[in-house]
Amino acid sequence: MKRLISVTINGKQRTDEVEPRLLLIHYLRDVVGLTGSHIGCETSLCGACTVELDGKAVKSCTMFAVQVDGCRLLTIEGLVSNGKYHPLQEAFWNEHGLQCGFCTPGMIVACKQLLERTPVPTEEEIRHGIEGNLCRCTGYQHIVNAVKAASAKMGI
Amino acid sequence: MIPQSFEYSVPNTLQEALQLLAGGNAKVLAGGMSLVPLMKLRLAAPEHLVDLRRITGLKTLSESSGEIRIGAMATHHDLDSSPLLRQRCPLLAEAAKHIGDVQVRNLGTIGGSLSHADPAADYPASLLALGAKVKLVRAGAERTLNLEDFLVDTFTTAAEPGELLTEIIVPVEEPKTGVSYQKMVQPASGFAIVGVAARVRKSNGQISLARLGLTGVAPSPFRAAAAEARLQGSAGSAEDIRQAAALVSSNIEANADIHASASYRKQMAQVYAARALHAALAEAS
Repeated sequence: MKRLISVTINGKQRTDEVEPRLLLIHYLRDVVGLTGSHIGCETSLCGACTVELDGKAVKSCTMFAVQVDGCRLLTIEGLVSNGKYHPLQEAFWNEHGLQCGFCTPGMIVACKQLLERTPVPTEEEIRHGIEGNLCRCTGYQHIVNAVKAASAKMGI
Repeated sequence: MIPQSFEYSVPNTLQEALQLLAGGNAKVLAGGMSLVPLMKLRLAAPEHLVDLRRITGLKTLSESSGEIRIGAMATHHDLDSSPLLRQRCPLLAEAAKHIGDVQVRNLGTIGGSLSHADPAADYPASLLALGAKVKLVRAGAERTLNLEDFLVDTFTTAAEPGELLTEIIVPVEEPKTGVSYQKMVQPASGFAIVGVAARVRKSNGQISLARLGLTGVAPSPFRAAAAEARLQGSAGSAEDIRQAAALVSSNIEANADIHASASYRKQMAQVYAARALHAALAEAS
């Protein structure tokens, strides 16, 4: 039986009827039309589907849409504010923190969580903070550089 | 990767949840970090899920009369970041930090992890070393069990149909107790190939308390009683540690998989037990 859920996504509230077994990532991509969050491994390992749920980074392939009824979600599409990129988005661009870009939406949401909990992280803390996200292009070094650059910019 | 259809309930109170579970057909959805992947792989296909996320009383951490009570729905992140646990029961906060990754710790719960009873889960090593108890509730009744008695076997607990794990109870750590959790990680999954938690106290130069909990090694996590007995009353010298560590896996049937053979696991259990004891004793003295 379908259920009605009410969710605030990137600041906008919406209501949808969903089957309980619909995964959150499929809801976001196929029902809401937000295709920025990617489906990578589908087994909760790669982190490409990472979104923010009530301020916490979660893997949207390992949740059901019914579990976010009444919650606030933020996806990569919601990071731009007033036409300006989030400092992390700018830093990933400037520091070449991506090549193919597949992991980037989830990676940036995970990095946002990292900087909220640890505003000035050490290199070790950065690598620990993105342990739930895999990147097969960059070797992580440029992502680490991007997080450091964003941290410096956000601290000003 | 689409699970089978199921009925979904999200009760607001514990009483409602217990009524829904009383029939015995419903499965509890806590953080979902183990259950949802199993459902996606269709290794599990529950008819009915009862989501506990709205029951606020199951998320609290509190201390009273020398005990800390942890709500079963507290997440690994809640435990890792709790000032109460960090100060009053640091071994458990340390264990929480080692689980999965950031996203998993944000959703996964201690009650869900214990109820899933994965033989390589991190918590049981520390909780066994702490002498933890668990509270099980059903409509109209409750009971408290030692964790040893709750963890029956791989993926099997003593909870009966309709019973819900609501609380984990650990003692407040006495001052000058040395603790350590040492884990050999399977890098892809983050699970423990071997995980050893040690708690030691000394008085007048002798070990007055020694507790060792092991996970990842055998079908169910266990306490290494022979090793504890070897340490009790000893000075905790390097030789005492070596001899005690040699006992942790001497009499057990170890697990074997593609990551580690049984004999390798037994050997690593001894190595990591020695490391945990050295680290804990350094804190205790």
